[in-house]
Amino acid sequence: MAQIRVENLRKSFDQFTAVQGSNFTIDDGTFFAMLGPSGCGKTTTLRMIAGLELPTEGKILLDGEDVTFRRAAARDIAFVFQLFALYPHMNVAENIGFPLKCQGMGRREIREQVQETARLLRIEHLLSSKTSKLSGGDRQRVALGRAMVRRPKAFLMDEPLGALDAEFRHLMCGELRDLHDRIGATTVYVTHDQLEAMSMADQIAVMNKGRVEQIGSPQEVYDRPASMFVADFIGSPPMNFLRFEGGLHSGDRAISFHDTRITVPEIREDRTSAELALGVRPEHIRFADAAPVRGEVFGAEYLGTTQIVTVDTAHGRVAARLPSSASVQVGETVGLEFQSERLALFDVGSGLAIRTASQESARHG
Amino acid sequence: MTAAAAKPVVRSTAHSIVEATPRARTVAGGLVILYAVITILPLLWIVATAFKSQSDAIAYPPKVLFQPTLEGYVNLFTVRTRQTPDFIAKLPPPQTWYDRLVRQRDMVIAGPSKVVPRFVNSLIIGFGSTFLAVFLGTLAAYAFSRFRIPLADDLLFFILSTRMMPPVAVAIPIYLMYRELNLTDTRLGMILLYTAVNVSLAVWLLKGFIDEIPREYEEAALVDGYTRLQALRKVVLPQAVTGIAATAIFCLIFSWNEYAFAVLLTSGEAQTMPPFIPFIIGEGGQDWPAVAAATTLFVVPIVLFTVVLRKHLLRGITFGAVRK
Repeated sequence: MAQIRVENLRKSFDQFTAVQGSNFTIDDGTFFAMLGPSGCGKTTTLRMIAGLELPTEGKILLDGEDVTFRRAAARDIAFVFQLFALYPHMNVAENIGFPLKCQGMGRREIREQVQETARLLRIEHLLSSKTSKLSGGDRQRVALGRAMVRRPKAFLMDEPLGALDAEFRHLMCGELRDLHDRIGATTVYVTHDQLEAMSMADQIAVMNKGRVEQIGSPQEVYDRPASMFVADFIGSPPMNFLRFEGGLHSGDRAISFHDTRITVPEIREDRTSAELALGVRPEHIRFADAAPVRGEVFGAEYLGTTQIVTVDTAHGRVAARLPSSASVQVGETVGLEFQSERLALFDVGSGLAIRTASQESARHG
Repeated sequence: MTAAAAKPVVRSTAHSIVEATPRARTVAGGLVILYAVITILPLLWIVATAFKSQSDAIAYPPKVLFQPTLEGYVNLFTVRTRQTPDFIAKLPPPQTWYDRLVRQRDMVIAGPSKVVPRFVNSLIIGFGSTFLAVFLGTLAAYAFSRFRIPLADDLLFFILSTRMMPPVAVAIPIYLMYRELNLTDTRLGMILLYTAVNVSLAVWLLKGFIDEIPREYEEAALVDGYTRLQALRKVVLPQAVTGIAATAIFCLIFSWNEYAFAVLLTSGEAQTMPPFIPFIIGEGGQDWPAVAAATTLFVVPIVLFTVVLRKHLLRGITFGAVRK
């Protein structure tokens, strides 16, 4: 069990910089997800923590100990790969026992440990099977078993559920979290799937173009995104951005949005005239005939309990999540009312969120 | 099964695109057998000729049925001198069956021929260079496949370019170089030469095979406590065994059959079978049965090696053609 600390970590391949100056600390026992689109540097960061890739600059500390240039085997970390990487020339028990064999443990002891691990993962009946005969989920359990068997300081997982089909992925999500709660080991989990990250992680680091855009609990990154990228990447459909020009004053509780005024959480910074964006989550929109922001219904997507209604407004297309009981006609003109305490403001130029009362509470909460 | 049986039989002229019709199978099978006969017949003829007498071997029309004799093999393994019948009559009675066989033709055995040392040379040089080429090729291919090597593409092209001309085109410079280095007519010289020719093939073939092995396997082993070399030996090599076997066979076939360099660079100590076999004809007239016997022996190791690695070879040739 360990704390992982990453300081100014940078990695370049020739001209291309995959990770630029990351800094974060993962506390002991945390389930930490690194979330981002492909090519954002999350896997490279993970591989540097594992020792499979050497950083160009920066430091990696495990429990305060500098392991930046220590080889992978000496870090006491386990890695779970997307494609499982089960050795095809070994059966399940041999695969799980392999790390112990590497350490030179005796045969009887290995067998006991393998049994114990298999019991934890409920795959005891598979121990003598060939890995090629297993289903995707069982392969993943074996891969987890191989990672768990030697009680490493931390687990690193690179999209471990990426190769499973949707149904199994959901099941394994639950199992993984359950396993984490029982073992309590620090886990770093890389994924591009926000649902996986949101449902399992204690902390999420959202990455983009080699930078960490925001670190926080799933609720923080969802409710109080630090940048337009995070707001756009997390949530399905993503946050709506309504652009407008204007200045902001610290202490204001409303903004002039085109010709109307919209109530927002109290603004905590001054901004001279700039291009700004009002961020609204689809579920924080209601249809209200009296509302000043109006538009024409473009289409509706039925999702069971809710429906996503897209509305063309003068400021762009807006998606709203409404109860599926609401009747909506394509082509009708509607007014959009926003839940003011949940609104966010962004500076379009820098892409960063503007400090407001709700943003501030995020920092201190 | 019952559901299928219950269906009415539909006669159709349409063919399944994945399943061959019985007639197509028969035609294909017939073609394969025909091809096999055409390729195997010369080999069978050589094996048969080795058991013929000298006159049967050159008889016209060729004899398919004949009285088998081991004369060809005896001639291959011995050096004989021709003597008068009077001299032979004075000798003590023959000790062995091959003494008797030789004396019937008015000859006595003067000693063993050079075929055994030549065959041993072929074995040492053939397998030695194959081992070296595959060993170096595997390491180089692994490096090219796994590490970021500056100018990797150029280096690979450079390696391949050594095969762009027939090796014999550089025979004279190599001869001069070998003379300077005292490597002419040495086993080491021949092993190095064949390794140099084969290693480019080995690197390219094996790189393809190793590229197909996901690198996660060895990364998993690295994280689990192995060093890079241990991971290569315990995790990568067992999975590359198909490719290694296929490569080894190609390398062995080349160095085993190579003739031009062997003629040029070896004459005594390190001479291999290919230049030695035609040399047999010159001894005591046109001894075709002895040549056939030598050829038969020459083919045996390659056949054995290929049979041993057959399973791997077949998988090796089709490996990577289809994604599993």
